[in-house]
Amino acid sequence: MISIHFVAVALLISLGIYAVVFRRNLIKIVMGISVIGSGVNLFLVSLGYREGGIAPIFTNAPQTAMVLPVPQALTLTSIVIGLAVTALMLSFTIMLYGHWKSLDTRKRRLLE
Amino acid sequence: MSVEFLIEHSPALAIALPLVAAFAAPLFGKLGSFLRNLWVLLMLAFTELVVLLMGQDVLANGARVYALGASVPSLTSPFGFPIRIVLVADAMSALFAVTAVSIALLAFIYSWKYMSDKGGVDKFYTLLLLLTAAMAGLCLTGDFFTLFVFLEVSSIASAGLVAYNRSGKSLEAAFKYTVVSAVGALFLLFGVGILYGKYHLLNMAAIAAEMAISSSFLDVAALSMLASALLLKSGAFPVHMWKPDAYQQAPVNVTIMLVTTALLSLYVLFRICFTIFVPVMGSTLGWLAVVLGAASIFVGVTMALPQKNLRRLIGYAAVAEVGYILMGVGTSMVSISRMDGFAVQALSGGVFHMINDVLDMSLIFLVAGGILYVTKKQDITELSGLGHRSGFLTVMFAIALLAISGMPPMNGFASKLLIYESVYFLNPMLAIIGIAGSMMMLALFVKIFASVFLGAPYRGIVAPLPLSMAFVMCVLAFFIIVFGLFPNVALDLIVTPAVQALLGKAAYIGGVI
Repeated sequence: MISIHFVAVALLISLGIYAVVFRRNLIKIVMGISVIGSGVNLFLVSLGYREGGIAPIFTNAPQTAMVLPVPQALTLTSIVIGLAVTALMLSFTIMLYGHWKSLDTRKRRLLE
Repeated sequence: MSVEFLIEHSPALAIALPLVAAFAAPLFGKLGSFLRNLWVLLMLAFTELVVLLMGQDVLANGARVYALGASVPSLTSPFGFPIRIVLVADAMSALFAVTAVSIALLAFIYSWKYMSDKGGVDKFYTLLLLLTAAMAGLCLTGDFFTLFVFLEVSSIASAGLVAYNRSGKSLEAAFKYTVVSAVGALFLLFGVGILYGKYHLLNMAAIAAEMAISSSFLDVAALSMLASALLLKSGAFPVHMWKPDAYQQAPVNVTIMLVTTALLSLYVLFRICFTIFVPVMGSTLGWLAVVLGAASIFVGVTMALPQKNLRRLIGYAAVAEVGYILMGVGTSMVSISRMDGFAVQALSGGVFHMINDVLDMSLIFLVAGGILYVTKKQDITELSGLGHRSGFLTVMFAIALLAISGMPPMNGFASKLLIYESVYFLNPMLAIIGIAGSMMMLALFVKIFASVFLGAPYRGIVAPLPLSMAFVMCVLAFFIIVFGLFPNVALDLIVTPAVQALLGKAAYIGGVI
């Protein structure tokens, strides 16, 4: 059985890779990387999801299934790192715009 | 603080000390640049001492395991379940931790004078130390998620360092580098997710123990994700384009750290292949590594030929050098799956060449930095006859030239010979590609040597070379010559224990769980 999350994961990651490889605008490349990151995060969270599970907090917990806590911790860390990478790349983009006056990678190629 | 205490906590200290130093460096910077430099130097020297003690202890007493947050550092599996973050120092990881921290220390000593007239040095040192901590973490980590975190920390810190000059070109190089390493890190996380989905574990040793019992298609999928991510970061053939850009645009003291980081991602690849994925590896990955290695040698050398900028040229040569390592280790992977008994020799060649490559590439980049420092020029066509003005740089360049192109009596010869000998048994054509690549590299660098150092005396201004920069080059040249003259000593003392640790899968699993 293939659940809908994994289809969404595959779609998000392929969309992101498409943007990184084929788009020529720097901001769209950054967006592409961010979309790949969302796809991977969705993958991690759906790995730990249990049908009808509750949040993994043991204090006064009822005796039902819990979702796995480890993938959530991983996802949280990965979101924070993703934020740092996106911020770094956008700041590079701002400074590159200052040099090129354009965001199109085809307009100016400084290194060859 | 006794020596036993230092050794017991050495894996954690190797990461924690540079991290503390990184964030305290700007505070010391407020008190003056000399005090800040002294602080960074002391902390890096202390880290070096800790990793050297760790290495000596590991060679004498076997692998050391450190569980973070445990009441006793060796308690890795509370309630019989390996959930803690684990650091593992065996002969292989200790060897690379020592290499990484030593290069960081040398890069810092070099930058004492090299960076002294530039702005924003406080933040530069923060990023440099952050990169050092990430490199030590990459070597020592024992679980997959920490691996991802350290990989991202190293990418972010090195991207910041590449963009240090903030010119259009360096920003473009940094942007390319970040795109490649961010996509690579997300692939790695996806692979880790697949492994977690199957085993509900992140600990490398525990996954290895489970995989030895049952392996399936999911493991192959995870391995291909992890391997593609780490090959992206190492700058082998299909995605080598970021490498010359980043190596050319970063300050040279950063470039040698980038060279080390690229090799550490190869170290991580070999660690997970030989320790965890042996049951599913087969010979496909080995052949892939060998073919990519041969292609990297060919592309690196041919692309280096038309370059005018010295550092860009060396950047393409670095792509070729990664090819040799992949060739050696790929041969070893194929050989393990065929059980034909030259796996150890091929792997020794690959691992020894990793160490030699760090030394050779660092020396030649630092000489290029020295040329830039004394003449303010780095275009080959503008330089000639420098040998009459700076004999020291000439000698150092000659040593690095012989070492990179694998000529005796330098270290590059010893490791490349091991690789040629073992890859010859796989397919003689591959050995021919390797030797031809080396010869073309020799021709290339002799051409550079002739045009930069020989000819009519250089007429421009030549600033004196600072003592600290000369000292760093001397240290690197010393190790290049010693490893070249006594390769057996180096092999027996450091490389063979490392290779045994890499192949000793059962001992690794038993040591951790």
